[in-house]
Amino acid sequence: MNVRAWLALLGAIAVALAAVGEARRLAARGSRGRRFFRHATASGGLFVLAFFTTVAVAAPLVAPYPPSSMPEIVALRDAPPSLAHPLGTDLYSRDVWSRLVYGARVSLGIGALAMLVALTVGAAAGAVAGYARRWVDPVLMRLVDVGLSIPRIFVLLMAVALWERLPVSALVLVIGLTGWFGTSRLVRAEVLSLREREFVAAARALGARPARIILRHVLPNVAAPLIVSAALGIGSVMLLEASLSFLGIGVPSPVPSWGNMIADGKDQLATAPWTSLFPGLAIAVVVMALTAVGDALRDALDPGRETA
Amino acid sequence: MTTVAPLVEVDGLVKHFPGDRGPWPLARRRRPVRAVDGVSLRIAAGRTLGLVGESGCGKSTVGRSILRLIEPDAGRVVLDGVDVLACRPRELRALRRRMQIVFQDPYGSLNPRMTVRQALREPLVIHHLARGPEIDRRIAGLLEEVGLDAAFADSYPHELSGGQRQRVGIARALSVEPSFLVLDEPVSALDVSVQAQVLNLLNELQQRRKLTYLFIAHDLAVVRHSADEVAVMYLGKIVEQGPAETLYRAPRHPYTASLLSAVPVPDPRVSRQRIVLQGDVPSPANPPPGCPFHPRCPHPSKNDRCRTEPPALRVVGPDQLAACHFAEEPM
Repeated sequence: MNVRAWLALLGAIAVALAAVGEARRLAARGSRGRRFFRHATASGGLFVLAFFTTVAVAAPLVAPYPPSSMPEIVALRDAPPSLAHPLGTDLYSRDVWSRLVYGARVSLGIGALAMLVALTVGAAAGAVAGYARRWVDPVLMRLVDVGLSIPRIFVLLMAVALWERLPVSALVLVIGLTGWFGTSRLVRAEVLSLREREFVAAARALGARPARIILRHVLPNVAAPLIVSAALGIGSVMLLEASLSFLGIGVPSPVPSWGNMIADGKDQLATAPWTSLFPGLAIAVVVMALTAVGDALRDALDPGRETA
Repeated sequence: MTTVAPLVEVDGLVKHFPGDRGPWPLARRRRPVRAVDGVSLRIAAGRTLGLVGESGCGKSTVGRSILRLIEPDAGRVVLDGVDVLACRPRELRALRRRMQIVFQDPYGSLNPRMTVRQALREPLVIHHLARGPEIDRRIAGLLEEVGLDAAFADSYPHELSGGQRQRVGIARALSVEPSFLVLDEPVSALDVSVQAQVLNLLNELQQRRKLTYLFIAHDLAVVRHSADEVAVMYLGKIVEQGPAETLYRAPRHPYTASLLSAVPVPDPRVSRQRIVLQGDVPSPANPPPGCPFHPRCPHPSKNDRCRTEPPALRVVGPDQLAACHFAEEPM
């Protein structure tokens, strides 16, 4: 590992620290921000997320080697951590740290994008079901019941069986489209109570169309629980992607994802534990960070304390 | 009564909330609730009709049905010659510029995520009433008209007091320049000291803008100073109606009389007889036979006829209507 990569790593840490500091400074102004940072783990969680996001964005700078290069397939296979390879190398002599850095792009990217898909579809379905009621609501909600009762991994296995080699974009779509059911229930429940509020009646009395009422009056008031469920949901999507990749049906192998890195190392667990250990640790740390931030957000955005 | 054609005419308005079956397809339907059971009203332009009754009597349902926030089951509503209930959605949206509503709860009637400016901008945008810098001028003008400093424009509702919020609600209703306002208990949720201020504001606005009000309230004291005419509702029906002065001086229906006896008199030396009603309001899903008021009626002449024959709303004096078999007899 060369000087440039070490400097870039230090730079990423500095950027993450600066981001957390700036967030704390901004948060100190409002009661919501103060409630957020009252959680002991909120700063740490935020730092972890900022760090891995920076690393993922700046992957070519931070990674000392290209993620798929196999410099010495015999001499350097399963080499333990050293100065040249801080997290060791894997079965094919690829640098684990470089693959971890590029894997962050894939794993975090899939997590965030799939959650975005799930959130959009779920919010739309929930808002329509809750606002329209009549026949739309029972139809959509029975659909959601069906969706919740089908094991997700089974749907994903079917998708893989159909396409054989699933492109990453399709994987994001499939994970997203099988993950919106819970969100839609959450949104529907909120909308059902919001639509009886007088400001919605006032908007109707003023001549607002249903689309405007949903977009301007209903959804902004659902934002808080939605953000919390998204933060918690990204973690579970990342775990799902990891298990899919581990099973060999997720991200195809030469492209590194934290899940398929664990899979690649599973046969050398006894002789070269670092190949699986570090991506596993990365997943655990990021999911814990997401949970910590989600919990802190839940408290900070709790509308019950709006006026406090 | 006034000879000019009324601005608002309501005829035989009916709203039954259907009893649903709950989640089970074979379960027996619950009894429908007759929230409004044949209500007729007339309000002359520039006047105020006070609609008074206990909670649950259907007075808010009347107000909201007139604006079609609730779709009534039967009846006719005419606003300045336009049949409101026959309007298609497009016509109805245009008509919404002419009729507006002020709600009871100033906490629930403003969107917590919208600043005052955003809340007041919305109706201007919906009805294309202003654009560009003209919007901000209009908003400033509206705030001034309801007695709020222009600095409040960028506040969120939770930063305002109840009275200030209610002023914003009034400004929002006025933003589309309506001629008719439904005031749905506009001061019931406010402190007594603030109530008077808001009532005065509403009176001033009526003078200045030549507004017509349907003023819904649950006690007669609040509408005393603003209403030209008063209608009293009980269990979805109007039981007495007449010019405010006559009705306060000489109520003909025992229910009106008992409501009046509950109005506090600001003089401790005046002793008066309070009529304390027995029991609770019966369920509108299961109204008593005959006169709906008979189980609680304190009238001395009450007899079997009250228990079997529902009294019609009939003329009992100059411009005064009452639905009581014994309206002419002393209480």
